[in-house]
Amino acid sequence: MAEKKIIATTSLAGCFGCHMSILDIDERLLDLIEIVEFNKSPINDIKKFTRKCDIGLIEGGCCNSENVHVLKLFRENCRILVALGECAIMGGLPAMRNGIPLKECIEEAYLNGITVHSNTQKIVPNDPELPILLDRVYPCSDIVKIDYSIPGCPPHADLIWATLYSLITGKESDIPYEVFKYD
Amino acid sequence: MAEVVRFFIDGKECMAKNGDYLLQAAKENGIYIPTLCHYDGLKPKGSCRVCTCKVNGRLMTACTTPIAEGMMIESNTLEIEEMRKSIIELFFVDGNHFCPTCEKSGYCELQALAYRYRITAPRYPFLFPLKRVVADYAKIIIDHNRCVLCKRCVRAIKDEMGKSFFAYRRRGQNIEVILDKRMSDRMSFEIALEAENICPVGAIMAKRTAFTTPIGYRKFDKITIGSDIEKIKTK
Repeated sequence: MAEKKIIATTSLAGCFGCHMSILDIDERLLDLIEIVEFNKSPINDIKKFTRKCDIGLIEGGCCNSENVHVLKLFRENCRILVALGECAIMGGLPAMRNGIPLKECIEEAYLNGITVHSNTQKIVPNDPELPILLDRVYPCSDIVKIDYSIPGCPPHADLIWATLYSLITGKESDIPYEVFKYD
Repeated sequence: MAEVVRFFIDGKECMAKNGDYLLQAAKENGIYIPTLCHYDGLKPKGSCRVCTCKVNGRLMTACTTPIAEGMMIESNTLEIEEMRKSIIELFFVDGNHFCPTCEKSGYCELQALAYRYRITAPRYPFLFPLKRVVADYAKIIIDHNRCVLCKRCVRAIKDEMGKSFFAYRRRGQNIEVILDKRMSDRMSFEIALEAENICPVGAIMAKRTAFTTPIGYRKFDKITIGSDIEKIKTK
């Protein structure tokens, strides 16, 4: 049998819905683990790259400095980088803050929002350990080169499977109209 | 008396009434030419450029080009289709099109065209322009983030006196659709719905109507845009 392909995944400014959709390939997961091995990924909780990978799946765009760091790390360590879902492709829902100044966003979240009840001391998190928020949310393709994109919110499991299968085996997949969606 | 003329689309012989617009003539011959700004029954505008074809070697918009005897038209060629695809991608980066949160998702013609062309991501960088959402009208919401400036609403939605509810204001990149404030007060719910339906994207939404159809049952969930026209051909 040919050597297993190595896959790494990460969730940046996303909701983990795209990772849930990866799991939605159901029993094909068994086929998948026959032909791939997972490296850095929240699925197996490997925190650091231990080797170069063939495919990197990126969920979510870049909303803070840590996202940018991780994304660049993925670009360095993955031969093929795939943007998984609308957030990775175009920023998605987090990017809806792009027209609003960052100061207003933070004040709404921690001080003035109608659901803010317990923050009586008016604290805005400012620990040096916390990643710094960017001025706006950037699509992954604004930061590094993205080789392929899988649209959807989340992408249909069949679409993820077809893409992975094609990337791993080099064979073309037939993608039905119904699975290619943006929502 | 209508005179019938002969013309060719991608080498296929077609017949139509002399002076008919190419988009309509192609439709009658079972050939779908993608369009965004055109709506059957409205005077063509030619603003979106999606229907661009090569007519006798020159690029023309199909919705505004009258057909004539012996015209040679290229529509479904690699060059033209690639150009149309890039125009659709430009629409996506030029506005803020958040499909996952859009009420029109599944009914949006821009989205349906992108599905037809299988656009995974635009080749151009997203611009994230600063646009307004106007929700202070009684019956409708205008979301300028989604507007593609097709002018369908201005052309189609009129009162009994023939006066348009909508209009353009400002020019160039600042241009936007507005609803006449005084006329908006006497806009009926039916007209608001009509405006929502005439809008190819989700820029005009009638209030309190969103998300009534479940995912999977919406207009373009299973059916490719234009496939109804192409089916006529195979009869």
